[in-house]
Amino acid sequence: MSETSSSLTLPDPTPRKTSFSGTLYRGNEGMWSWVLHRITGVAIYFFLLVHVLDTALIRVSPEAYNGVMAAYKNPIMGLGETVLVGAVVLHAMNGLRIILVDVWPWATRNQRLLFWIVMGLVAALMLYFTPTHLINVFSPVEGGH
Amino acid sequence: MSDRNLPQGDPKGQDAGVRATQSGPTGAPTPMADRPDTASTSDQASAHQAAEAAAQSSTEPKPVENAYDGSHRETEPAPSHDEPQAFNVTVIVRRFDPEVDDEPRWVDYDVPMYPTERILDALHRIKWEQDPTLAFRRSCAHGVCGSDAMRINGKNRLACKALVKDFDISKPIYVEAIKGLPLEKDLIVNMEPFFDSFREIQPFLQASGKPEKERHQTIAQRERFDDTTKCILCAACTTSCPVFWTDGQYFGPAAIVNAHRFIFDSRDEASQVRLDILNDREGVWRCRTTFNCTDACPRGIQVTKAIAEVKQAMISGVKL
Repeated sequence: MSETSSSLTLPDPTPRKTSFSGTLYRGNEGMWSWVLHRITGVAIYFFLLVHVLDTALIRVSPEAYNGVMAAYKNPIMGLGETVLVGAVVLHAMNGLRIILVDVWPWATRNQRLLFWIVMGLVAALMLYFTPTHLINVFSPVEGGH
Repeated sequence: MSDRNLPQGDPKGQDAGVRATQSGPTGAPTPMADRPDTASTSDQASAHQAAEAAAQSSTEPKPVENAYDGSHRETEPAPSHDEPQAFNVTVIVRRFDPEVDDEPRWVDYDVPMYPTERILDALHRIKWEQDPTLAFRRSCAHGVCGSDAMRINGKNRLACKALVKDFDISKPIYVEAIKGLPLEKDLIVNMEPFFDSFREIQPFLQASGKPEKERHQTIAQRERFDDTTKCILCAACTTSCPVFWTDGQYFGPAAIVNAHRFIFDSRDEASQVRLDILNDREGVWRCRTTFNCTDACPRGIQVTKAIAEVKQAMISGVKL
């Protein structure tokens, strides 16, 4: 009976506030391959920038060049090289996938399958490369390169 | 008046006499025949009861049976497995009131829902029963008008086509406005930039000669652009595109889809004009083939494939 008198009062929505901004868009393989492609692309760009500079040093002073090259020969840079090769391989393979997706209707329809093929190829190549490279990096023998 | 005697669309069962003469050999009603085309859940439930009654009456025929008028017959208890169970769903909506808020904020609501219902029903329930200030667009509510595209659990969907049963309701369902267009209020964005791009690609048939008779087209010619005729301009694809989020000048998938619809139409003569428009810096070459648009399209249009075909048409000409 008392409820009828308060029919005009709206129920209190009692909103509980939560604090975070918009959700991350849940894209599929295509979107994540694009994200990876961007990240590896930008990373490779910065590597190339440094690489051009250090190689150009040889024109300035061979001693300085040798100094820089010696500084690179430590395990941290060796691990970095693994990451770099991984980024290059991924960017290259995915780049081929993107070309196929653009020009070949079959690939456009099966881009998801192609993404996992790319991932498999990258994993296989890195499984081949990483052990040999890390043995080189961590072996005490001077020389190489 | 004569409409009243039609068997369909008469849920109250006022034409019981007509129905009884139409019923099957056992004297039981034929539930499928007198079921209205647009059956609501309650209609379905009573159809189930009628089916139950039909099974019973095969041994012991009963007098008048009507699917909708159960007051005269002995009622069996309704089978419990037919009753849809309501459950509570937490829906978290990203609210924004331009007059109060500087930033959008998440507000959560507990909504009783049935598995057969859609996210749009949850929004209605919030707006009608809990918080009338909630603002969202919807018009037909049946996936045709394209008004209620929104980001549901991080993916662009039409709220009227997203069924509650397809979501994991043990977790909250997040609903927010589509991304990349200016947010106006709550789930409403300004669609003008989207429609500007659409207008720019000249989405109308351009054919010379007077239309004195039909412009003939073979089945294959019609089939060529059939997929892209399905677009309802809901903007789910364009606002799922990472390129569009950061570069609002990009034409976006929807505009390209609608250009595709005319570029590959054998009756149209302005294909080259549209290709020139889309051969722009902000045209098809912006597409990075993320396939978010294909995934988001509520009409199942192969959006990225259409864009790829437009790219190909620029390189090697339109192949009808």
